[in-house]
Amino acid sequence: MTNQIIPSVKRRQIIELAESGKRMDGRSLTDLRKVEIKTNVVEKAEGSATVKFGDTYVIAGVKFEIGEPFPDTPNEGVMSVSAEFVPLASPGFETGPPDENAIELARVVDRGLRESKLLDTSKLCLIPGKKVWIAWVDIFILDHCGNLIDASSLASLCALLTSKLPKAEVVGDEVKILDEYAPVPLRAVPINITLAKIGDKLFVDPSLDEEEVMDCRLSVAFALDDQKQEKICAMQKGGVGTLSFEELLRAVEIAKVKSQELRKLLPSGEK
Amino acid sequence: MDKKLITEDGRRLDGRRFDELRPIKFQIGVLKNADGSAYVEWGRTKILVGVFGPRESHPKHLAMPDRCLIRARYHMAPFSVEERKSPAPSRREIELSKVIREALEPAIFVELFPRTTIDIFAEVLQADGSTRCAAISTAALALADAGIPMRDLVSSVAVAKVDGNLVLDVMDIEDKLGDSDMPLAMMPSKNLITLIQMDGLLTNEEFAKSVELAKKGCMEVYAKQKEALDSHFRIASKEEV
Amino acid sequence: MFKIPINFGTRQLVVPGFLLAEGKYEAGPNVYNEGDKFYSTVIGLAELRNNVVTVIPLRGCYIPSVGDVVIGKVVDVITTAWMLDIRSPWLGVLFAKEHLSKPLNVMKEDARDYLDVGEMIIAKIISFDRTKNPALTTKEQGLGKIQRGTVIEVDPTRVPRIIGKKGSMISMLKKDSGCQIYVGQNGRIWISGKNREDEALVAGAIKKIEAEAHTTGLTDRIHEYLIKNRM
Repeated sequence: MTNQIIPSVKRRQIIELAESGKRMDGRSLTDLRKVEIKTNVVEKAEGSATVKFGDTYVIAGVKFEIGEPFPDTPNEGVMSVSAEFVPLASPGFETGPPDENAIELARVVDRGLRESKLLDTSKLCLIPGKKVWIAWVDIFILDHCGNLIDASSLASLCALLTSKLPKAEVVGDEVKILDEYAPVPLRAVPINITLAKIGDKLFVDPSLDEEEVMDCRLSVAFALDDQKQEKICAMQKGGVGTLSFEELLRAVEIAKVKSQELRKLLPSGEK
Repeated sequence: MDKKLITEDGRRLDGRRFDELRPIKFQIGVLKNADGSAYVEWGRTKILVGVFGPRESHPKHLAMPDRCLIRARYHMAPFSVEERKSPAPSRREIELSKVIREALEPAIFVELFPRTTIDIFAEVLQADGSTRCAAISTAALALADAGIPMRDLVSSVAVAKVDGNLVLDVMDIEDKLGDSDMPLAMMPSKNLITLIQMDGLLTNEEFAKSVELAKKGCMEVYAKQKEALDSHFRIASKEEV
Repeated sequence: MFKIPINFGTRQLVVPGFLLAEGKYEAGPNVYNEGDKFYSTVIGLAELRNNVVTVIPLRGCYIPSVGDVVIGKVVDVITTAWMLDIRSPWLGVLFAKEHLSKPLNVMKEDARDYLDVGEMIIAKIISFDRTKNPALTTKEQGLGKIQRGTVIEVDPTRVPRIIGKKGSMISMLKKDSGCQIYVGQNGRIWISGKNREDEALVAGAIKKIEAEAHTTGLTDRIHEYLIKNRM
């Protein structure tokens, strides 16, 4: 577990540099890394996207399948988000079932998508109580260079935004999938912003170096509600450090501004 | 989804005011085998926490040369919810185990016990909302009961938005039907946040108000934690050496 | 010098994070400071002695300290050492050279021939700094393998009570029972008497001390208990 030992020299370096508002990769404390989005990168998926935040590289794919609804929501389709930390992405990742980090990541991404009510699951029902569309969102981390939450959220979002839902014909208890597609019923779009706290400074879009020495991180997702008002829709603190009340509120304000910036980069036609 | 969560006279479904906690009763030292233990009845939420350690890390490769490894397991009994829950840990339980550990670890002097492990086991016997908050607050008492050196206790509570109102200490139905849920944990005498999560839709102003209400709730939980420690250890404090 | 008065009464019960004092004090055991503020780290009883703020813990495991004599149980045997459960977060290690009078010939002998898993020893801690396992020795008068008698356990934080003020309680126990009694700092107590009944009597008395540690007049009551229960 030597990778859990905090490199104190690096931490001091990062903190002292931040005193003058700078970071090791040349960014200011509130700069995002260069964000690149590519959509429809996997033809066999109904939706897919790769996202880069600097060198962090993530792919998300969406597959639609017919399945059973949950008993408490018989008229609604299902969305399921999973994340895999595949071993090629980091010397620290190992093969095996998702660990707590992969599960936390998937659940934080899921919460943003779910709470913003991005996917209109009421339109994914085929036969109430029996057959609905299940949207499987699978995230693969390809290169871990920090801030997996924002990159994975954005990749999942872009994969869903550009996905196509197969058309289906319902005859009695049978569902026939047609060779035609319709756009996926989508509503408000969540944008996630993560900040790392190191010493008394907040770092937007933390790099791997920064994550290694951080006290904790805070991820905040914003979405527009029905009245087009911008709202916080999900939040997660991670890591064993603490936040003061002032830092928490400051981080949320910064995240709001940065989410507006990231929102502008979405594939055309989306807000 | 149209069920009203706030009655005409501005009360919640269990009769509480918006800023009122449910009855909370902590008990300390309830298990013989554990090095520290505590139990809570928090409204209808019932949780038992046992702490073991610090003890030699097993397997050995988990040991960290400069500090103690903290492990936490949040687990729900199959009979703790309306529909039987599979006893295998769910993704939700794995995530909650992680955030609970991260909420408690800042309070523990981990550097005093290199190469050892502290295990925190929280078993939810009955769930009626705010289980992670109750588990954290109870685990803090179990850690204190184990005599593990800590900077502070950790107190936790959740705030929800239901029918447009911010309410303190969320019960299950408010969590399920409400518009937002925000668990927060803090070290009360340090005024530092160790856990914050949120889902639902809130403006920045509403969020700031939720945080304020959660802080007030945490201080009330803290008072009950101190009360529980005081009544459990009061006898021992009369000891003469 | 200006000092903000201490924030507690003598032997007041305090909880982790309790602000004990503000000012120019020193942090004693179970106290930490942030600048001039001194806080308790444990549940315990607060004290101020010679400007040092201390909390006597009411709960907790045994933390080794050089010079302490403890009672250990062998839980593992490695080539030239024994690993001992001493009820602390770390296993104690007893190297062969700290136990045997001549070097262990690993080609011909097995360390188990001298001390096997499950056996108990009285040993002294000779080094400990939290980064390595505490090392022990039995090479001193009164230390070594326990060959007979009874070993019982009490909470390590209760040890001072069992010994009593200036050893008053333990001397009385020894005198009244005629048993040899050794209280390890780690809360293990070795009792060796003429017969098992005497040992059981002392064990019962010690459990009574542990349970009633908070009451006054305990020494007298334990004395009566021993007289009454002795055949």
